[in-house]
Amino acid sequence: MSEAPADIADQRAGRRRVETFDVAVIGAGVVGCAVARRLTMEGARVVVLEKALDILDGASKGNSGILHTGFDAPPNSLEQRCIAAGYQEYLDIRERLNLPLLDCGALVLAWTEEEEARLPDLMEQARANGVSDVEALSRAEVLALEPNVSPKVRAGFRVPREFVIDPWSAPTAYLTQALENGATCRRGCEVLAGTFDGEAWQLETTTGSLRSRSVVNCAGLFGDRVDQRLLGQSSFTIRPRKGQFVVFDKAAAKLARSIILPVPTAKTKGVVICRTSFGNLLVGPTAEDQDSRDDASTDGETLEMLRAKGIEMLPALAGIPVTATYAGLRPASEHKDYQLSAEAARCYITVGGIRSTGLSSALGLAREVCRLLEGFGETFAPLTEPSWPKAGVLTEYGERAWARAGNGGIVCHCELVTRHEIEAALDGPLAARSLAGLKRRTRVTMGRCQGFYCLGALSEITEGRFDAPLTEPIDDGE
Amino acid sequence: MASERRVAPAQVDVAIVGGGPAGLAAATRLRQLGTTSLAVLDREPEAGGIPRHCGHFPFGVREFHRLLRGPDYARRLVTQARDSGVEVFPATTVTGIASGPRLVLSTPDGKAELAAHKVLLATGVRETSRAARFIGGQRPRGVISTGALQSMVYLASKRPFRRPVILGSELVSFSAILTCRHAGIRPVAMIEPGRRITAWRFAAALPRLQSLPLHLETELLAVHGREQVEGVTLRSRDGREWDLECDGVLVTGGFTPEATLCRLGHLEMDSGSGGPVIDQFGRCSDPDFFAAGNLLRPVETAGWSWREGVAAGDRLAAALADRLPAAEGQVEVIADHPAIKLVLPQRLALPAPAGGMSHLQLRLNRAVRGVLQVRDGDAIVLTQTLAGLPERRILVPLKGLLGKLRGDTLSLSILEVT
Repeated sequence: MSEAPADIADQRAGRRRVETFDVAVIGAGVVGCAVARRLTMEGARVVVLEKALDILDGASKGNSGILHTGFDAPPNSLEQRCIAAGYQEYLDIRERLNLPLLDCGALVLAWTEEEEARLPDLMEQARANGVSDVEALSRAEVLALEPNVSPKVRAGFRVPREFVIDPWSAPTAYLTQALENGATCRRGCEVLAGTFDGEAWQLETTTGSLRSRSVVNCAGLFGDRVDQRLLGQSSFTIRPRKGQFVVFDKAAAKLARSIILPVPTAKTKGVVICRTSFGNLLVGPTAEDQDSRDDASTDGETLEMLRAKGIEMLPALAGIPVTATYAGLRPASEHKDYQLSAEAARCYITVGGIRSTGLSSALGLAREVCRLLEGFGETFAPLTEPSWPKAGVLTEYGERAWARAGNGGIVCHCELVTRHEIEAALDGPLAARSLAGLKRRTRVTMGRCQGFYCLGALSEITEGRFDAPLTEPIDDGE
Repeated sequence: MASERRVAPAQVDVAIVGGGPAGLAAATRLRQLGTTSLAVLDREPEAGGIPRHCGHFPFGVREFHRLLRGPDYARRLVTQARDSGVEVFPATTVTGIASGPRLVLSTPDGKAELAAHKVLLATGVRETSRAARFIGGQRPRGVISTGALQSMVYLASKRPFRRPVILGSELVSFSAILTCRHAGIRPVAMIEPGRRITAWRFAAALPRLQSLPLHLETELLAVHGREQVEGVTLRSRDGREWDLECDGVLVTGGFTPEATLCRLGHLEMDSGSGGPVIDQFGRCSDPDFFAAGNLLRPVETAGWSWREGVAAGDRLAAALADRLPAAEGQVEVIADHPAIKLVLPQRLALPAPAGGMSHLQLRLNRAVRGVLQVRDGDAIVLTQTLAGLPERRILVPLKGLLGKLRGDTLSLSILEVT
């Protein structure tokens, strides 16, 4: 695996003078990106260390893309507080960062008598969590709001301010803002060991060593391992919980305006039907405990089950083709709540066990981290005029690049991705270095043909840009 | 090729969406019949359709009475259309359709609108993806369709893997073998879930010629590998699961019409064919929209699509001259047997003047022997012996039938002989 030229340059510089960062954020998932942004805005000199070749390559690469109010979170839990704060901050900053929001609301629907009996308690819980605008719905009211929902539904309630965002543009925008305001990101950089000498951490990584006054472990699925490497122990153990999803063609988006949520259980929010920011409709996730921290495999029988479950709730889905399938891994732990801990003596903070709501809570968690860091006596001078880089528009519900002049022509026909969008994603400090990364940044090949039409063109456009190229010349080695 | 790019006009008599064999044939025919205001819109940098990246024989027998490779054939179709005065606009994507008819376009210059009197949709087919087939496992690089492989090999002289498994045994699966050979790729096995090879017999000899192991009644359960494909898990009919090492998966065939514009637009769809509902003149549920070629059904040869395009040209000319019957009061054509995968046209406009399709087209989803019965209401109006295999074209003549229909449904059923 080759190192990025920037990393090599850093290493060479490192031999001459040891640079000391204020904070090293380990892990560039949604939490790490949000923490890096917050601390940078507060004036800290931040380095983000990501062991994968791309950001958002672990737990953050596959989720449902919902911005939760936290109506069903355990009252007074850390999770509930962080979701509430993160939710609000997303709404506050999203226009300045040009981030999407699908104002759709959610319906929690009961399909059995037992589920129906639990609705009043759930509404009470929502109110206790500060989500006071929930409204009970009779069966007829549910069907009036969502006429395509199966008439087998019994009752429900509406949570008007549950929204759809997208899993990747928000964290990418957080990290981009951090980088534009002075932070550094090293990819393909795994933290191997570290020692705290009373002043700062000396971290040994796969791309060299560095010094940082404090460390924030946002390593998601490897959070306990990083704690063990740096602290010698961890207060939690990651128990990956897989969630599989089926994504239906854009034609399905008109079948359900609201997010359709089931009555949650202790273990999972259950199988959701929800539009995506990209104009599709997804059904998922499952909740499957497993040992592997990096195997997000799908299986045909489960996907078939999810499709059937979707059709059961939304019968018209039967006539709509499936566009994509995927699975994500939740970094659950043996604890129900998030595991946020601080060790002042070694200036070390762990943000662990963010089991499923990280997209909604990340900005709130970042504020908690900042507060803890201040508790260590770390003081920074907040940036007075930070820059606010605007994200490109990927949402189906906004004006996309294809509608504007000078777009270079459409390359990916299903998702209407233009050549200039692709070229932009292959450039800059967070340039995509793999097809997976390019997909998350632009949506290429994520549509209904899954690359039938555009993979040939993409293999040419991306030539020399990926660590492992999509293709090799035909005469090579023959 | 440094040709100057022109912008599509804002108003034409006929807009043709898709510059493959069907679309180009229709345009050429319309121009021969005197329609001057027409535009062929193609989203690729060059028109020509799928044959552009099918670098093998045989194309062009029906159209040019010559044996051509796909790219040469595609170029000849474009040249023929341009020579007859047709304006072809490449790099022009139709992103939406609406009644009027109105089309929303995207070009490198941004968004534009086009109004037309009639629209021909000729957007073709694509293979179904791994995702749509619910093939499980990880999602490494190297799981691609034949179409993607061919565009890599024939348009870019590149290959994505060296030792893939091939999933499927349709005609395209065998053309994938040829593409592999051209690119120095050595497939390790061909996997077919069915009991026999889907393609014609002569093609079935190819794996043996290439000493390629063929596994019938075998399912592809899962793909393994974090970065590049490292192997697959297969399941035989007896339930045995086994692993096979490979560095890619070629997911072939399983064609489906590229009917996105219809589906996202206002046109009625047929779940059997996956394309728009049409009458015998190729008219959609909005009669200002016509459809032809493989958008109608998966999947025919380029030559057949070309012929449908020529016929669509004739019918569009008739429509412009107001010579087609009203689209109301149609007879519905119904497939009334689970083995019938699709039948088209799905509607018959009566009274029926000449110039419509001469046959019903049927496809089966499994091998069937028996008698096909065509009913007008309760009365059997036609029987035809049937010894059909899946994915083969079956034709039922409409001649003589159209004049005597009384009911408002024409249903097709099968008396099976076991």
